[in-house]
Amino acid sequence: MQQTLYDKLWDQHWVHSESAEPDSMALIYIDRHLVHEVTSPQAFESLKLAGRKPWRLSSILAVADHNVPTTDRSYGIHDPISRLQVDTLDQNCDELGITEFKMNDLRQGIVHVIGPEQGATLPGMTVVCGDSHTSTHGAFGCLAFGIGTSEVEHVLATQCLLMKKSKVMNITVEGELGFGVTAKDIALAIIGKIGTAGGTGYAIEFSGSAIRALSMEGRMTLCNMAIEAGARAGMVAVDDITIDYIKGRPFAPQGELWDKAITYWRTLHSDDGAAFDREIILEAAQIEPQVTWGTSPEMVTTIDGVVPDPAAVNDEVKRHDMQQALKYMGLVANTPIQQIKLDKVFIGSCTNSRIEDLRAAANVIKGKHVAATIKLALVVPGSGLVKKQAEEEGLDRIFRAAGFEWREPGCSMCLAMNDDRLESGERCASTSNRNFEGRQGPGGRTHLVSPAMAAAAAVAGHFVDVRKINN
Amino acid sequence: MEKFHALTGLVAPLDRANVDTDAIIPKQFLKSIKRSGFGQNLFDEWRYLEHGEPGMDPVQRRLNPDFVLNQPRFQGAQILLARANFGCGSSREHAPWSLQDYGFRVIIAPSFADIFFNNCFKIGLLPVILEAEAVDRLFEEVKSTSGYKLAVDLQQQIVVTPDNTIYKFEVDSFRKHCLLNGLDEIGLTLQHAEKIRQFELKRKAEQPWLFA
Ligand code: SF4
Repeated sequence: MQQTLYDKLWDQHWVHSESAEPDSMALIYIDRHLVHEVTSPQAFESLKLAGRKPWRLSSILAVADHNVPTTDRSYGIHDPISRLQVDTLDQNCDELGITEFKMNDLRQGIVHVIGPEQGATLPGMTVVCGDSHTSTHGAFGCLAFGIGTSEVEHVLATQCLLMKKSKVMNITVEGELGFGVTAKDIALAIIGKIGTAGGTGYAIEFSGSAIRALSMEGRMTLCNMAIEAGARAGMVAVDDITIDYIKGRPFAPQGELWDKAITYWRTLHSDDGAAFDREIILEAAQIEPQVTWGTSPEMVTTIDGVVPDPAAVNDEVKRHDMQQALKYMGLVANTPIQQIKLDKVFIGSCTNSRIEDLRAAANVIKGKHVAATIKLALVVPGSGLVKKQAEEEGLDRIFRAAGFEWREPGCSMCLAMNDDRLESGERCASTSNRNFEGRQGPGGRTHLVSPAMAAAAAVAGHFVDVRKINN
Repeated sequence: MEKFHALTGLVAPLDRANVDTDAIIPKQFLKSIKRSGFGQNLFDEWRYLEHGEPGMDPVQRRLNPDFVLNQPRFQGAQILLARANFGCGSSREHAPWSLQDYGFRVIIAPSFADIFFNNCFKIGLLPVILEAEAVDRLFEEVKSTSGYKLAVDLQQQIVVTPDNTIYKFEVDSFRKHCLLNGLDEIGLTLQHAEKIRQFELKRKAEQPWLFA
């Protein structure tokens, strides 16, 4: 029978079912467990209290990313509560013998950037992490999804998770993306279409010629945002682009094992004619640069659009949500998106902080300067290695010359657990993934965009169409 | 995990769709390495008039009188009535921890985000999915009736209103079993340790690069 990629991954990892019913809870084996400081301390503590040990240490890779400062780290973390959380991770890893990239390790970075970068994320794996954006790793033909702290403990103790099989949605994007349109715009356009709950209960496979044409960075951006569409997992089939990306990375197989691995990896795609529970088709050529205007990623429009008018919406709950969002965002209905003025610009996060993202942004600002009205423009590379590569390419000089600050890697202003944040009422063009109330700081107002759009907005001081500025 | 059988409890209505985990428990409180004490910061941004930081004494803080949980009639509520896609956003289990620590035992909504839904079962907080029309009706009733209570029975999988209208809900049989008995899922899984070991050996033989 023809199988979807998801079916293949599920079958490969199935250990046991709790009953004979077709939708029974099943035990699924976990190949890779990524760990960060925020969602793990309580899991390690309970594990210890129960007198249990990690089942397979070699499956675990740990890194601190959410709390780390992005400024000079030689003096450590000054916030004592953040410091305790990072120290707790270090201690747990040292005690148990877990591989961890510590804060001042060159390989440190956002967990979803370093997994793939190290080759610790490989096709055909199940990858979990106590973090919803674990969906990112699905770009490699993996089954990758976020889990809660009780499940972190469950995986530590048993190498398995209890779960139910999801439905599968196939989102096909056919054709060629227009100039200046990126994976981020595809992701936001999809969420605009199906809504933030559209993918609930599903795993999403992204397919079609526009997806196959994306780099691994682009595919990661897209799968990263699957959770914003409500899907726990997003995935893309393995092809040459996947395999070329992995080759030679530190955790990737070599020699004979490599040959054996790629023979298997090439089977990781949905079979022709495999049945999906839901199909969505988009035309790449119709996707335009996207900008969110509200407090949910589905509140999104195009750069040529206007802030929508709640009065035009019939559904009462929806209208009320829109009114609330506009009030929080300090926006008036029918304002053209291009007239929205900004206070800050953030280029970073596990959605858009890889080398390709930084290149795209640098390309837009080269030889230009951040508008005088912008209080802060930040670039936070996704990892120490991304930072190093960018510096070797001279991107840091382009950013600095344009008036951006060039920082140390971490989550930073994506969720503002460290010192990088919006002040109340400040408005930010951000390459991150969530525009929820208070996400980038209490009272802060976030507009989600691609790196190129964020860079263009930094120069203009308001949103502009990146397709219409001369380079 | 806490057991759950049945409960008749006061209902508090949170009339907003897409309530995300950042709203349920803002990130500054995730810096704690403990599992308890999150209830005082549940819905922190909405609940208090000034911005909250870890370590603040909740008694000294000014409550937002407009926020539903601060209204006297909803004090002691054990059932939260919510709108679609409740718990969307991050995977933080701190969200169900804070709801439970505040005193909620059941959350009723037309739909939940997947990870949040799953996390609730792990700690003994029961998420109940009812049809949108039923939820609409419950919202109307709870707003117009003070002291409005619902009975929730997990064994029978029903929610009963004061006028004896009965709504059935679905729940996975394994999850139900764990919740009714307050079972430790890790202990249950470890009963299959031999199976897991066999699986692992086979996997290692077939895909040795995964075990390097
Ligand atoms: S960058 Fe943002 S979304 Fe990604 S893991 Fe960090 S906090 Fe979460």
